[in-house]
Amino acid sequence: MTASRPIRVLVAKPGLDGHDRGAKVVAAALRDAGMEVVYTGLHQTPEMIATAAIQEDVDVVGLSILSGAHMTLFPRVLQLLHEQGRDDVLVTGGGIIPQEDMNTLHRQGVGKLFGPGTSTSDLVRYIQDWFAQRERQEA
Amino acid sequence: MSAAPAASDRLLADFAARKPAALARVISIVENRGAGSARLLAALHGATGHARRIGITGPPGAGKSTLVAQLVRAYRSRGLTAGVVAVDPTSAFTGGALLGDRIRMEAVALDPGVYIRSLATRGALGGLSAATREIADVLDAYGFDRVLVETVGVGQSELEVARTADSCVVVLVPESGDAIQTLKAGLMEIADVLVVNKADRPGADRLRAELKVMLQVRSGPRRGQTASSRGAGTDLSGEPADPPEGGGAEGAHGSSWVPPVLTAVAADGTGIPELLGALDSHHDYLVATGGLAEQRQARLRARVAEVVDLELRARLWGDAATTAWLEGRLAAMDSGETTPFDVARELLKRSGRLLAGEGDDAPR
Repeated sequence: MTASRPIRVLVAKPGLDGHDRGAKVVAAALRDAGMEVVYTGLHQTPEMIATAAIQEDVDVVGLSILSGAHMTLFPRVLQLLHEQGRDDVLVTGGGIIPQEDMNTLHRQGVGKLFGPGTSTSDLVRYIQDWFAQRERQEA
Repeated sequence: MSAAPAASDRLLADFAARKPAALARVISIVENRGAGSARLLAALHGATGHARRIGITGPPGAGKSTLVAQLVRAYRSRGLTAGVVAVDPTSAFTGGALLGDRIRMEAVALDPGVYIRSLATRGALGGLSAATREIADVLDAYGFDRVLVETVGVGQSELEVARTADSCVVVLVPESGDAIQTLKAGLMEIADVLVVNKADRPGADRLRAELKVMLQVRSGPRRGQTASSRGAGTDLSGEPADPPEGGGAEGAHGSSWVPPVLTAVAADGTGIPELLGALDSHHDYLVATGGLAEQRQARLRARVAEVVDLELRARLWGDAATTAWLEGRLAAMDSGETTPFDVARELLKRSGRLLAGEGDDAPR
């Protein structure tokens, strides 16, 4: 289905490591799938990510986390978004994250998380399906 | 993004309470031409007119985003708030866009007195202009002291920026080529202030000098000035007297703005105070000459025309009886019995009531 408007996604790379290739590849793949991708670069704090997500009125926040800090970063971003009344944002992402942690985060309201080796088309389809479902709910 | 009036009232209340999420949502609705966008814009119209609107344009890689970030910092240090609209291109192939201007604006990202919004051009030529102008209105209504609009840097959007902004800054770099390139690109016509950025690189002084000469030639007789009214004649014999930089204030009679050519190194903040000064001077000039009021009236005139165009089109072509009537005339045109021009006249005549009809809130 074609969405009524482009899906807006924020792609951010929190944490101190400088490995942003994954985030860039994802950003390009989402753009090529017709989404509007706001890319904010490296070393983003949860506050910066939430502020950007709110100002840009994105539908989806995608975080690339390779540092192992996922159990702090995902919930913190989610919390900051909720505080500003944006509990409708899909927070998803990927990185080196054990399955067990993925399950825990999912129970806390984080969307599906993707590990190494994921095809970008899986990610694209996941976001498109989520958006289509939300649009149906709103209609 | 419900169209229900109750939801939009709640949104307007949150907007009035200065909640960033509400500002962001209003901008989205306006950008998407969503249901209720006309109603929202109408509700905000009364609150507009406070912000100074500044356009920043120039070729890709000239340092526009970095310059915008520095301008915002400088305004913040003066206690002024700033809203930024940064436009990046939409891919004509996929409809997607990579919006990366925020990367250069990190230093001001967490400041509550700053709002940054990235927009994609979304293809439609006219669409960009209309939405950008309306989004500037929304930021104005929210209460920002300065609204900065940064363009893609290529194509026709430059002219639209000139129409959106009170003052237009054209950013060039030594690598932009010589001043002739700039003339060709049409950037010179829209510049109220020219900035040669990355001025620590070779060629900056030469570009600046060339631009100044060009501006002198342009601002000479073409604007109906006499040499004496400018205080200094156009001296073609080499180094002319500098145009009144950032000045333009040459007395009440026949004064005309000569865009100053500044140099800057946006990355380290060099030249930013001068740029702020030039923008203030240009604003004073616009106020003194009535140009500001004129620009605002031109924007209002254009806005009404846009809305009327859209509305007429929607009423006419959204009417099943009209399209059916037109279908019925095709054969007569095909056989030469009548012409498209006669049919068009006939159609307009029979649609008088339809076009004048009570339209509901039907924005496109």
